[in-house]
Amino acid sequence: MLFRNLTRFAAFAVLALLAAIIASLVVGSMPAIHAFGFGFLTSSVWDPVKDEYGALVPIVGTLVTSGIALLIAIPVSFGIAIFLTELSPNWLRRPLGIAVELLAGIPSIIYGMWGLFVFAPLFGDYVEPWINNHIGKLPFIGPFFSGPPMGIGMLTAGIILAIMVIPFIASVMRDVFDVVPAMLKESAYGLGSTTWEVMWNVVLPYTRIGVVGGIMLGLGRALGETMAVTFVIGNANQLNKSLFMPGNSISSALANEFNEAVGTLYTSSLIELGLILFFITFIVLSLARLLLLKMAQREGHGA
Amino acid sequence: MTKLNRLLSSIGLSAALLSAGASYAGDITGAGATFPYPIYAKWAEAYKSQTGTGMNYQSIGSGGGIKQIQAKTVDFGASDMPLKPEDLEKNGLMQFPAVMGGDVPVYNLNGIGPGELKFTGELLAKIYLGKITKWNDPAIVALNKGVNLPDQDITVIHRSDGSGTTFIWVNYLSKVSPEWKSQVGEGTSVAWPTGTGGKGNEGVASYVQRLNGSIGYVEYAYALQNKMSYGLVKNKDGQFVKPNDDSFKAAAAGAEWDKAPGMYLLLTEQPGKASWPITGATFILMYKTQDKPENAREVLKFFDWAYKNGSKMASDLDYVPMPEKVQNLVRAAWKAQIKDASGNALWK
Repeated sequence: MLFRNLTRFAAFAVLALLAAIIASLVVGSMPAIHAFGFGFLTSSVWDPVKDEYGALVPIVGTLVTSGIALLIAIPVSFGIAIFLTELSPNWLRRPLGIAVELLAGIPSIIYGMWGLFVFAPLFGDYVEPWINNHIGKLPFIGPFFSGPPMGIGMLTAGIILAIMVIPFIASVMRDVFDVVPAMLKESAYGLGSTTWEVMWNVVLPYTRIGVVGGIMLGLGRALGETMAVTFVIGNANQLNKSLFMPGNSISSALANEFNEAVGTLYTSSLIELGLILFFITFIVLSLARLLLLKMAQREGHGA
Repeated sequence: MTKLNRLLSSIGLSAALLSAGASYAGDITGAGATFPYPIYAKWAEAYKSQTGTGMNYQSIGSGGGIKQIQAKTVDFGASDMPLKPEDLEKNGLMQFPAVMGGDVPVYNLNGIGPGELKFTGELLAKIYLGKITKWNDPAIVALNKGVNLPDQDITVIHRSDGSGTTFIWVNYLSKVSPEWKSQVGEGTSVAWPTGTGGKGNEGVASYVQRLNGSIGYVEYAYALQNKMSYGLVKNKDGQFVKPNDDSFKAAAAGAEWDKAPGMYLLLTEQPGKASWPITGATFILMYKTQDKPENAREVLKFFDWAYKNGSKMASDLDYVPMPEKVQNLVRAAWKAQIKDASGNALWK
């Protein structure tokens, strides 16, 4: 009985904590909500001198950098996981697996410093000029990939984020791929399938939930990542078509400005930014759940 | 106070409690500006070894320092931006300058060395407004005859975090450029019309060092330590001056502290032939009426000691000590303004 109550208390404590965090964020952002209303979400002004604030630039920055990160990280992680579970010779499997897990353990500030001092200069000197000359001239996507090659900006932030989330996604994918019964795979191979066909048609459907879960874990880290992004995103409250230009993200804006924020409206606008980040994360996770539910239903109909 | 402030101060209180865990009874605590942290820490160490009284300083930022002193969780607050006399009055606070520093414009341009480029305030304002975008703009060329200025875009670098360094910089730009004043204004962070933000002095320094064609502003100490190319700036008397100890001191000496109510004085664009125009002091905030007179007396003793004995340490760390004249004014202000609950002056 005691044990049951203790565990129940622990479970409810999590809920209470969540509610308390939301409540304090809402209370804290009240002055800003009153002052700006929904205009806060669509305004790109961020002017501490005139006390006018809008969250559009950080919201866009957060979504775009996380989007870039996933666009890069998902295929790469998938590749890593396939190699580790299916193709890698046995003696290489363990060291590679440990290396991936070690990458996941590196503190984000290290990624930020590495990004600023090592990656950004190389990227700005060698990669961005090339992108400018080749991709930047294409119609439609060209404007996104042209601009001064500074090495810092939204694209750099997205790539650093990708490097940071790859180990998370890859190690989850590897773990779930590992639990696919060998009989299933061997049957497929026996029918003459290639490795790719086995992965795509047998392993992936079998591990779907775990894979989506791993991606969500990575996305969660990308959305909330602060220090690494702050170092390389350029921290400018500007909306630019070009991904080479500096931008801002919600968490980076908070990290930069909270210390020196003076005045009720300024602090409460920053707290409202935090609230928005909370909601974005919440919506993303809900969408992921919904996606899984839909997939499960479709499968039910098919069978 | 609003709920928000109460929330924030309780966060601050718990932080202060955590930090106080390691300190001894009788130690004094302060919190605030990050810019003077290295020198406060150095003073505290030397003071402790001489007197046995420790000083714990949390460099949480000027905004945080103001919040902490208002919540009375610390014995003194520290801010790079002085409070306006009416704000001091409203909160029952007094302020005094502790130590000085200055901003310098730094650039990275085809190996053009330190002191080889000249700027005026007007020109810097136009660059930071995004009105002048090329290094070979006629306005820059006219000031720098004989320097080979390339046809290259100017990459503007500013601070991304709120900071006293930014405050001194934009306060200067507001004083010299009406356009800057009306479009951007001044504060520890502003809505920059153009450019890229680096976090901290080290962030700005590393961006400028990396990007050819860039211009930024950093504290003098950072420019020296990173061996960056800095520019000369024209001061109020029309002279192009070099940033160094002497030109910062000249700016402070020329300033009329005795005529500034609440010591609200910004050292930018001060008169004097040798004055560096982008100089600033960092301030200490204390309550005029002290609930804990013992602690307040210790704080005053500490800063008195620092004025008397800390100048060499300050200069070693590339800060500029307050001139003697200003020190005496500060002591007079302590005597006149800081009292215990029954109205007796704490500083005699």
